[in-house]
Amino acid sequence: MEYINLVFEEVYKILFLLVPVLVSVAMIVWLDRRVWAFVQKRQGPNVVGPFGLLQSLADALKYIFKEIIIPASSNKIIFILAPIITMTLALIAWAVIPFGEDQVLANINVGILYIFAVSSLGVYGIIMGGWASNSKYPFLGSIRSAAQMVSYEVSIGIIIINVLLCVGSLNLSDIVLAQQNIWFIIPLFPMFVIFFISALAETNRPPFDLPEAEAELVAGYQTEYSGMMYAMFWLGEYANILLMCALGSILFLGGWLSPIDLYPFNLIPGAIWLVLKILLLFILFALVKAVVPRYRYDQLMRLGWKIFLPFSLTYVVLTASYLFYFNLLPTL
Amino acid sequence: MLAHAIFFYVFSIIAVISAIMVTVSKNTVHSVFFLILDFISISCLFIMIGAEFLGMIMLIVYVGAVAVLFLFVVMMLNVAQQKNQWFNSESTTSSHIPVGLIISTIIFFELIIVVGGWKYKPELSNPNTTQSSNEISNTHSLGQVLYTDYIHIFQISGMILLIAMIGAIVLTYRRREGVKTQSYLKQISRERSEGIEVLEVQSNKGVKIDD
Repeated sequence: MEYINLVFEEVYKILFLLVPVLVSVAMIVWLDRRVWAFVQKRQGPNVVGPFGLLQSLADALKYIFKEIIIPASSNKIIFILAPIITMTLALIAWAVIPFGEDQVLANINVGILYIFAVSSLGVYGIIMGGWASNSKYPFLGSIRSAAQMVSYEVSIGIIIINVLLCVGSLNLSDIVLAQQNIWFIIPLFPMFVIFFISALAETNRPPFDLPEAEAELVAGYQTEYSGMMYAMFWLGEYANILLMCALGSILFLGGWLSPIDLYPFNLIPGAIWLVLKILLLFILFALVKAVVPRYRYDQLMRLGWKIFLPFSLTYVVLTASYLFYFNLLPTL
Repeated sequence: MLAHAIFFYVFSIIAVISAIMVTVSKNTVHSVFFLILDFISISCLFIMIGAEFLGMIMLIVYVGAVAVLFLFVVMMLNVAQQKNQWFNSESTTSSHIPVGLIISTIIFFELIIVVGGWKYKPELSNPNTTQSSNEISNTHSLGQVLYTDYIHIFQISGMILLIAMIGAIVLTYRRREGVKTQSYLKQISRERSEGIEVLEVQSNKGVKIDD
């Protein structure tokens, strides 16, 4: 009986986290389209519900009632598994995101490594989808995407090392608490810029959306997908984008900490600050999509391996030497 | 404790079955997917014995990077053709099975030696390496040992990996003739005057453009 109660408690906690995440994924799709439209002097989705807020809900209903087409020559099991894996991986990473002191589903020692591992697994959904479709465009798209994601993971990993040097712990709550005096965006500003660009590439967002470049590859790995399976890819993609924004705000923008540690700001709960920071980063993501033209593939690879990797490695050496020289290295 | 045992058996059964499926499955891409499942369940076992750092690093390095490259190679090769040669022709089958048997026997005996030594002569292993305290996380304790007592071995292994990487690049790098490359500096530093020439065209006379 005790076990069952325990299980139910955990299930409630998970639902309490997942339902807001899924709702906010639907909302940021709307926000993304609105910001995009705003930059281009269009209206964007504004018909369904107030300000078009229910547009994503209407889209989801449409996807649910559409037929799921499984190509005859595809590898059926892997074809069905691919969107499931994408979506699951995008959601399980949220387990370690802290929304406040002790407000976290799983406060594990190696939280940052967990997020890194889960986001590096995300590439499998795309590879499996592209391969199992047994068609040229999806395959090309998935190969492109895998190479791109593996490349930019390297630079994200080194940026994380920069932050970890200042913190001395792999726990996400510790990383936030280490920023009480100063947010890491100030001493590590170049790393924040590189993190932002690498996050764009890691989540296949424009200007690095080569895996689904519609002018060359129809829709990349999603070409053969339809109905709810397409929607799951799409949800997973946006949940990943949100996750990257959350990671950016935890690593550089002080997570749940309020910008000014003064009386009226202290009262606002940390979760709201975190959400505001995630939203700020997401609006930047959406603006980049509207403003910057798409990269060519060789330029993308060159940027990742020849510019970001050496630069962030140099910055690791610089940060470590600075901390060592001024005796600021974190101790146990 | 019961839940612990149940999870242990679930993960180990998945690990063993997927390891068998790696060799048994006909489709090479499926084999790689089972290999990935194997890696994941083994890293779950690592996490269960409290080595969460090793488990996560296993996921990041093996599943996130190595297996992706495996998958790349397997997808690019024309596997269907190769499979026919490999399995169906009578002459080659006999030559591959003994090699596989020899290698697997060697690995089997090595495992027996390692596990047996660890079980029956625990004093043989260095006591410094096995001690662990509950107060500091195992990431910290790994770092403390790795960068102090074993710094030279650690650095040497890093150098070996670097040399292997350079060797692989040297072996596969080929400078091909006639490949058009773009110089980014040249593209950026182009001026309008170099690219465009405005000409006054007389009617019925045309312009001569030297190309």
